[in-house]
Amino acid sequence: MGKYTEEQLEKELETQEYKYGFVTDIETEKAPIGLSEDIIRLISAKKNEPNWLLEYRLKAYKAWLTMEEPEWAHVNYPKVDFQDIYYYAAPKPKKQLDSLDEVDSELLEMYEKLGISIDEQKKLSNVAVDIVMDSVSVKTTFQDTLAKLGIIFGSFSDAVQNHPELVKKYMGTIVPYTDNYYAALNAAVFTDGSFCYIPKGVRCPMELSTYFRINEAQTGQFERTLVVADQGSYVSYLEGCTAPMRDENQLHAAVVELVALDDAEIKYSTVQNWYPGDKEGKGGIYNFVTKRGLCEKNAKISWTQVETGSSVTWKYPSCILKGDNSVGEFYSVAVTNNLQQADTGTKMLHLGKNTKSTIISKGVSAGNSQNSYRGLVKINKNAINARNFSQCDSLLMGNKCGAHTFPYIEVDNKSAKVEHEATTSKIGEDQIFYCNQRGIDTESAIKLIVNGYAKDVLNQLPMEFAVEAQKLLAISLEGSVG
Amino acid sequence: MSVVLEDKKQAFLANFVAKSADKDSSIAKQEALKALENLEFPTTRDEYWKYTRVGKITNANYSQSPSFNVSDISRYLVEGLGAYLVVFVNGFFSEELSEISQAKGITICPIAKARKEHVDEFDQHFGRLSKHESQFFSAVNTVYNTNGVYLNIEKNSVVDKPIHMINLTDAANAAYNPRNLFIVEENAEVTIINSYETISGSSFTNSTTEIYVNEGATVDSYILQNQSETSKQVNEIDVVQKANSIYTANTVTLNGELVRNNYNIEVKGQGCKTNLYGLCLTSGNQHIDNHTIIDHIEPNCESNEVYIGVLDDSSTAVFNGKVFVRSEAQKTNAYQQNKNMLLTDDASAYSKPELEIYADDVKCSHGSTTGQVDEEAIFYLRTRGVSELNARKMMIRAFANEILENIKIDALRAVLESKIDERFS
Amino acid sequence: MLSIKNLHASVDGTEILKGLNLEVNAGEVHAIMGPNGSGKSTLASVLAGKEDYEVLGEITLNGKDISDLAPEERAAEGVFLAFQYPVEIPGVSNVNFLKTAVNDIRAFKGLPPMLAKDFLKLLKEKRALVELDKKLTNRSVNEGFSGGEKKRNEIFQMAMLKPKLAILDETDSGLDIDALRIVANGVNKLKSADNATIVITHYQRLLDYIIPDFVHVLYDGKIIKSGTKELALELEEKGYDWLIKPEMAQ
Repeated sequence: MGKYTEEQLEKELETQEYKYGFVTDIETEKAPIGLSEDIIRLISAKKNEPNWLLEYRLKAYKAWLTMEEPEWAHVNYPKVDFQDIYYYAAPKPKKQLDSLDEVDSELLEMYEKLGISIDEQKKLSNVAVDIVMDSVSVKTTFQDTLAKLGIIFGSFSDAVQNHPELVKKYMGTIVPYTDNYYAALNAAVFTDGSFCYIPKGVRCPMELSTYFRINEAQTGQFERTLVVADQGSYVSYLEGCTAPMRDENQLHAAVVELVALDDAEIKYSTVQNWYPGDKEGKGGIYNFVTKRGLCEKNAKISWTQVETGSSVTWKYPSCILKGDNSVGEFYSVAVTNNLQQADTGTKMLHLGKNTKSTIISKGVSAGNSQNSYRGLVKINKNAINARNFSQCDSLLMGNKCGAHTFPYIEVDNKSAKVEHEATTSKIGEDQIFYCNQRGIDTESAIKLIVNGYAKDVLNQLPMEFAVEAQKLLAISLEGSVG
Repeated sequence: MSVVLEDKKQAFLANFVAKSADKDSSIAKQEALKALENLEFPTTRDEYWKYTRVGKITNANYSQSPSFNVSDISRYLVEGLGAYLVVFVNGFFSEELSEISQAKGITICPIAKARKEHVDEFDQHFGRLSKHESQFFSAVNTVYNTNGVYLNIEKNSVVDKPIHMINLTDAANAAYNPRNLFIVEENAEVTIINSYETISGSSFTNSTTEIYVNEGATVDSYILQNQSETSKQVNEIDVVQKANSIYTANTVTLNGELVRNNYNIEVKGQGCKTNLYGLCLTSGNQHIDNHTIIDHIEPNCESNEVYIGVLDDSSTAVFNGKVFVRSEAQKTNAYQQNKNMLLTDDASAYSKPELEIYADDVKCSHGSTTGQVDEEAIFYLRTRGVSELNARKMMIRAFANEILENIKIDALRAVLESKIDERFS
Repeated sequence: MLSIKNLHASVDGTEILKGLNLEVNAGEVHAIMGPNGSGKSTLASVLAGKEDYEVLGEITLNGKDISDLAPEERAAEGVFLAFQYPVEIPGVSNVNFLKTAVNDIRAFKGLPPMLAKDFLKLLKEKRALVELDKKLTNRSVNEGFSGGEKKRNEIFQMAMLKPKLAILDETDSGLDIDALRIVANGVNKLKSADNATIVITHYQRLLDYIIPDFVHVLYDGKIIKSGTKELALELEEKGYDWLIKPEMAQ
């Protein structure tokens, strides 16, 4: 390769496409466009829901109507027209499937493209996958193995049908529909999502994984995930997302609720790779997500996220450390390039005694993007001996992007020890030159350096995901060097 | 705005009308008057006022034109300082208590006088920096200010001794709006001390100060807030720095029921240095809120910010520091640190150190720590024979020292040190 | 092997190298000495292709003009610079770093990536050569290394990458006598009839361990005197003044 110029890079970029930007031609069933009580009733009826759930949806809808879109985040985008969205788009239902051979061949092909060949996965890796396309769960693997342990893992709709008592008990307790604008919207119109219950004392033997896919144009994705880890149980949960390349902005407003009962542990990892829009900022997903977990006594919740996609991200996975000795962790790498905007971080609410939280956030901004860390650490008056450590670093590549840090630290108890550190700097020219001198070209050097910079976070991911995440970081930064 | 709120606002503003007899026809005043039609009392819904309620200020009734009778101000002087003295009592300039010998290159006078006698300079600078169009209290000050200090340091003049402004209140419940304008010309150097003290009673001080630090100039400023425990203060300091200038502010808050400081620093030239240091020692139900904005507009500048809080009883300290680095401001070094020490379970610390960065070749960092006295260190000291009380005092002093050691005037530092020791004995 | 003709280099309008000439043949060791600020480190950086300088003149390596090549291309051509201040790269392990370097250079030469097994073998072999602790190869590049460990790591990388032309920029600075011996041994073992070494140093000390064939004195951006090993001893004894003074008198 000759001297790597910006022009060459640009040429390369034009040919290099968002890897997941294909559209799968599957027959879908759509509800009429727009949002109204009738649409909500239709969704609920389609899903054959019990009346309490319909009531819940309608209450949420009424609350939503009175709420305003939040504007405090450091993002700027044309407002969403909520009447110009399809709230229900499902692959046409087929009869219950018994084996893979019966799965729609188009669907199977899509899984291949997504890198989730179900067959392969059954053999090779120890991951159970639930796939949600356009908000409807289409396939869950490994059901039998999990069922033997009493683990319930599958689509949210199935759980509503088969385990209504569990859903009713926990749904909306961590993220009530009154929580915020998008949470209310989700509660009104969610179509599906994943549900997971780990019984007392059970250590889930494999990674549970949900793959989210937006396929239809003009649809919003409103999925809901609920993970309940009963006393003394453990689960590691993975979430991945992709969408086709489209000129329009598509809305993704999800809610994730985690419940970790006494002595339980939930590890929740996300590799978010929604379509980020093109170089001019056209298209891309608006990713407005509410994620929150509750820790009872001695429980632990660990959020890990690798965020490379979406044109606008608004997302703060949080932990309510209610139980004594509970632990919350947040590990994040957020990469923005071109015209992407991300406002992401976490909230750690310390309520119990001896609670501990750790926040490691690594932002990388390139191109014309804006990348903000926003986080809250709150130590309540009764949270004796609470500990928090936060490290929020930002790396800037090029002088057209922005990196911002907005931490909120609220301490109401003297025994607390709270430390927050943040640095912002550009990628080290001396480091790049050092790599160059050893024969590594600038693009590879940057990948190497960024992966090194993000290592503390990547290390938190399960092996298969870590490899995928590293590749994603590399891809999303391509063309960011001048 | 609701009728109730509108009425409340008018009632609050009525506290000031009678006193603004002075003829001020400035543009800023017109702008502020207009802004006040729409501006409301700040609430905790405003991000800028998230942790501070102003009800204690806005719900109070203030006595009108309080008279005063002060003859001895020796206890408010800094011993051994030898400064130019400008004294205000209840917002009124006291010529007899002040000591302003006019030296070459310096103009010090009440702002009311400058408005008439230095018309051009005044018009060029007054109200050009203050946030009267967006901030309620700044607008109130711009419309209703009665007096304050006008300071002009000529090019290349190095002021021989510090200028000490003493703001005293002596009234059951006084409200006043001091307004200062400092113009420091090219390569001039000056040290300014602004102290706020209460003789008796309580007060609401709504102060606005505009400072022009021109090319190569050096301004060292000190604010000492030591009003009574029922007094309130909102203090806005707007600074613009030109190339190669140095601006340093030390803000020490020892008392006051509710104190809110707003620093807005625009760094509009290359090679500038900006240092903001703050120390607050709070007790009782005090609420101290320090807000700072440093806006790096030009390249090759450096800013340093350290705020320290020692919080006792049921007091609260808020720190919200914001550093902007604009896309032109390459090679900026910005450092921001907030440290709080909580002495009781009822004290609260809220910290929001923010960075907003749009240039890539920068070194910016910030940190925030909140905790209690290091008990292991206390234990260590005690095993060496130090009494527990002294051990604690020692640790608190060491903690506060990070700010005190930046105070270049020995006489002032000595006063502060003794006040801190007094507090914890 | 290396031929430098009339090399000028300046940074922000200040000329640092002012017409430097140097010929280095395969199998030779050249020492470049000179007082502070004479341009020694600039020469090293310019040879490695650092882009901070405006460069005029000709640099050829084995007959090929390398003066317009990017740093990584020069590295692939066989130029290796042992940095005076090796750079720390947090989170990137030495192994990963070297694997990337080795394979990028191989790719440049049209060779397939090295098999993991072969790479590991090479790694172990070279690690032993410079007596580098295994722990260090797994740690992040230079991060938290002592001064001596960093310098040893440079020589280790040099061993891994087998350069044609090695430039050691003040490799002896900050080394105690044992570390100096180990580093020098490493360099000597890597020396062959096919490669060449340029040793940049302040002091004669290093040259007791790495015996130079030629010694050059760099002053004010030019080589003002060349000689053999004995010149270094003479410099050690008399300093630079006797050489510089007549220069200044001109």
